[in-house]
Amino acid sequence: MLDWLTDPLSFRFMRLALAEAVIVGAVAGLLGTFVVLRGLAFVGDAIAHAVFPGVVIAFLAKVSIFLGGAAFGLLTAAAISGLSLTRRIREDTAIGVVFAGAFALGVVLISSSPGYTRDLTSLLFGDVLAVTDTDIYLSAIVGGAAAAVALWLRRALLLVAFDREMALALGLPVFWLETGLLLLVTLAIVVALRTVGNVLVLAMFVTPAATARLLVEDVGWMMALSAAIGAAAGVVGLYASWHTDLAAGGMIVLTATCFFAAALLFAALRGRFWRRAATPTAEAA
Amino acid sequence: MAVRLRGSPLHGPLAAAAAAELRLSGVCVRLGDRLALHDISMEVARGAFVGLIGPNGSGKSTLLRAVLGILPLESGSIEVAGGPPGEARDRFAYLPQRGQLDVNLPLRARDVVMMGRIRRTGWARPLRGEDRQIVDWALELVRLSDRRNAPFRELSFGQQQRVLFARALAQQGSILLLDEPMNGVDPRTQELFVELLRGFHGEGKTIVMATHDLTQAAAICDNLCVLKQRLVAYGPVDEVLTEDVLSEAYGVHLHFRPGAAAPGHLLGDVHHHESGD
Repeated sequence: MLDWLTDPLSFRFMRLALAEAVIVGAVAGLLGTFVVLRGLAFVGDAIAHAVFPGVVIAFLAKVSIFLGGAAFGLLTAAAISGLSLTRRIREDTAIGVVFAGAFALGVVLISSSPGYTRDLTSLLFGDVLAVTDTDIYLSAIVGGAAAAVALWLRRALLLVAFDREMALALGLPVFWLETGLLLLVTLAIVVALRTVGNVLVLAMFVTPAATARLLVEDVGWMMALSAAIGAAAGVVGLYASWHTDLAAGGMIVLTATCFFAAALLFAALRGRFWRRAATPTAEAA
Repeated sequence: MAVRLRGSPLHGPLAAAAAAELRLSGVCVRLGDRLALHDISMEVARGAFVGLIGPNGSGKSTLLRAVLGILPLESGSIEVAGGPPGEARDRFAYLPQRGQLDVNLPLRARDVVMMGRIRRTGWARPLRGEDRQIVDWALELVRLSDRRNAPFRELSFGQQQRVLFARALAQQGSILLLDEPMNGVDPRTQELFVELLRGFHGEGKTIVMATHDLTQAAAICDNLCVLKQRLVAYGPVDEVLTEDVLSEAYGVHLHFRPGAAAPGHLLGDVHHHESGD
């Protein structure tokens, strides 16, 4: 039994992968709280896809994937934020057009590479077993900074999410807070790409936070629990992947999904789930 | 005739009573391609209790939002205690109209009230003991101390409105701007709000309250402001609530006698008419 736990640790790449999975899981879980509370799942998915060409270009040019992803990610976040200022096209339509186009560009670019299929797979679904020391330092610094800023601004971000009108009345820089949140989420997405890849990365943000939301009724606890669930999913998923010899990124996300299913069941049994479905009614008109 | 119909200058007893807390001069506000407020000039004296009335879409909320500095003015100017609205944010206590709240957030009653403190504390600074005391005080005033840890979404509509009122109080402003605070709340909450507002009025706070309820406005406000994009009338209650003014504002023939036997019937008419807009 103990071997089951210790065997993988005798390999250096596995120790690195575990460290990376914990960092990414915690950072994505924490920022995922805001993604879920603000209803940014679609926007997050768009960013995850739109950064793909940046990742591919960096990969082909043999520079840091993180840099390529971050450059395209910040561009995308700025574009989405700018789109929100105009009301000409429906925002989700515009985002849909842009991110599918960008993703296609990435696919076309990678098809020029000799090791096409294998490279595509590792980029789309992550390659956590190949992380280096540098990757981990980068994840810890950038991801940690994004998480710290989100924590620092959490009260303002929550007010904007809960009651935009009041945030405006209180003189908060609402536009910049919304743009800032988008940038933080983008940075965290780029950090997490290495672990689970472009296609699955959103799950690292949405699933742990949704799980935590089912279990607690407090934003602070939700952030803490979501980060813990994300980190736990990383560790459990990696072990499961090791022992079954199946894809690591997929296993991590599946583990998070299992946590979510368990929380749903637990919440339902507790009766919370049903009570929460009831909305407050006007007492008298 | 003390009722000043639209466009007329503002002098007389109201302006002379005390220093003007709010001064609007020729205020126009455009919302999209519609002029939501047109040439509004009025003063609200310090300590006044003004009821803002008019049909739906008459610009009541727009006026409050312009005063708060949320909406840009097309022309004209607003002064709050002699300065621009943007510099007077600490003077306000604001209760917005319901409708844009995301009640699905996992917030407790006291978390919502604490949001009113964000300006005083600094939005990127940690909370202080003082903030918690003020939140407790505000919840006590709206008689929800025992529900302070309850999830906001699980409170009744009236209780939620009381929490939002407490959030406004936690701002510790001297100018209360209330946008239909009693819309849809239960009678007990309504009674409580009236009692609180009378208390704040007695303390010398300035209150501007948008409302649909003419009877109630007549009973608790000392001045009424009738809007219909323009300023239809503004002055003491009994001078404003005339047939002429009401028919101009609401476009129907209304009789209003404060303290009349069946105001409910009258209000039913007004409300019905409005909801059809």
